[in-house]
Amino acid sequence: MNELHLASAAELSRLLARGEVSSEDLARACLDRIERHRALNAFLDVRPEATLAQARAADRRRAAGDQGRLLGVPMAHKDIFVTRDWASTAASRMLEGYRSPFDATVVERLDQAGMVCLGKLNCDEFAMGSSNENSAFGPVLNPWDTRAVPGGSSGGSAAAVAARLTPVATATDTGGSIREPAAFTGVTGAKPTYGRPSRWGMIAFASSLDTAGVMTRTAEDAAHVLSGMLGFDPRDSTSVDRPPEDCARDLERSVRGLRIGVPKEFFGDGLSPDVEQAVRQALAVYEGLGAELVDISLPNVRLGIPVYYVVAPAEASSNLSRYDGVRYGHRATDYGDLVDMIKRSRAEGLGAEPKRRILVGTYVLSHGYYDAYYIKAQKVRRLIADEFQRGFASCDIIAGPVTTSVAFDIGENASDPVSMYLADLYTVPGSLAGIPSMSVPCGFGKAQRPVGLQLIANYFEEATMLRAAHQFQLATDWHRRVPDGFA
Amino acid sequence: MALTLEDVGRIAHLARLHISAEEADRTLVQLNDIFALIEQMQAVDTAGIEPMAHPLGGAQRLREDVVTERIDREANMGNAPAREDGLFLVPRVIE
Repeated sequence: MNELHLASAAELSRLLARGEVSSEDLARACLDRIERHRALNAFLDVRPEATLAQARAADRRRAAGDQGRLLGVPMAHKDIFVTRDWASTAASRMLEGYRSPFDATVVERLDQAGMVCLGKLNCDEFAMGSSNENSAFGPVLNPWDTRAVPGGSSGGSAAAVAARLTPVATATDTGGSIREPAAFTGVTGAKPTYGRPSRWGMIAFASSLDTAGVMTRTAEDAAHVLSGMLGFDPRDSTSVDRPPEDCARDLERSVRGLRIGVPKEFFGDGLSPDVEQAVRQALAVYEGLGAELVDISLPNVRLGIPVYYVVAPAEASSNLSRYDGVRYGHRATDYGDLVDMIKRSRAEGLGAEPKRRILVGTYVLSHGYYDAYYIKAQKVRRLIADEFQRGFASCDIIAGPVTTSVAFDIGENASDPVSMYLADLYTVPGSLAGIPSMSVPCGFGKAQRPVGLQLIANYFEEATMLRAAHQFQLATDWHRRVPDGFA
Repeated sequence: MALTLEDVGRIAHLARLHISAEEADRTLVQLNDIFALIEQMQAVDTAGIEPMAHPLGGAQRLREDVVTERIDREANMGNAPAREDGLFLVPRVIE
């Protein structure tokens, strides 16, 4: 069985059920591959003894009759979810050496489902970034082309799934941090409705936007892992209280008659021709499958970036005020009084991008500017959310590109924060609205780098979105392509 | 609108971030670029629009005021940079 790393979670689940492989064998195979591909810098913490203990526990549960479909399937967590058994750093020097006294709810739920954790994945510091270059522990390389960024902030999750180091990775999305890296690395990445996955134990960036999700090889796997991940959590004050749902229930339904809205604003100036071509071909595949393309207009989505860069930094400046060098986290060695100790600890522990966002956020929340920036942004946020509702009046899902271009080179945007921010042009609007959206591999563009198709659904319509993605994957094989050197 | 170096110093103090002179110069340019981007939203007419603080709206859920878990002081203080007798140590603030 030397092809195990190419199998999807669903295929591994069947092998486990038939007893053709044990969880422990699978975990060992994955750990070997992770070790072999350390140069990608996808993982920040690997503890084989903790992984193997979970794998053996899964094998015992199976021997005792448990047939859960996620039982024994390997996965890895973005290092934004706190874990008792692995380091929890948010890729920041601030939290180097921090040991969480508890597991995040997402971690707990997937652990209860019997998934086996392989370790913690690199990301942009505090999930702030679109290239994974903001990690305090070095950039992650894109397995398709090691000169390219893997996207961010969930760059480690994306690279690990693309390089077939793990079939499943958790990720988080605040403005595009699941979809953009999924697109840049040719994997499937899904963000559910805001409030459906718990934020408990997810190191906070922007609380009204932060949403946990998943990266996988296939939409089918995403549907099953999300079903295990989502659910009400009384410990999260914005958790949505809804009954559990099988997100995979509609996967096998055809898309015949499905109305796909195509917003003209997603195909305007700034979209690279190679990305446009791949996305248009994907839309043609849907037409061939019997779906109906509907032209729609979302004129305010262009305001998504300005609104996001008020709302997200404002919330970040508040959330990151907890890092004061008093209760946990980095403390400076040389300081004067208490305020100086806090200022120096934060200056040393936090990287350039979190600092920039804290400063922007502090300013827009400060006396005299709050109404002009923060309240104004919240009003435009509502206009954007309302516009999606008008769009969904004439379609079932919305489709378009995830990014304006394929993955850019490492260093290309590093010195210009604003050009980096524009990478999230098509992903930020859905985040502001809080609706589910995902990236599905749909071809290759410039320099043979992957292109993602974005599917956006209305609130709580994950099953429809995943059905559309799965039906596309039944008709295409982009999601099965493996980067050279990783097959 | 353009920020000045004085603004950067004031914001950094409010944010409790130590900032060096060279860093402040660089930060000033970057913040002004970011605010130039943000200004685009000022042209939108938002008269009568209710601010959206949260995607799903509604009132914040409150829980019953009952004990749900015991605080494990030892585990929770285990990451403190400096502590003594169950207390966090900081520079003297009261003479």
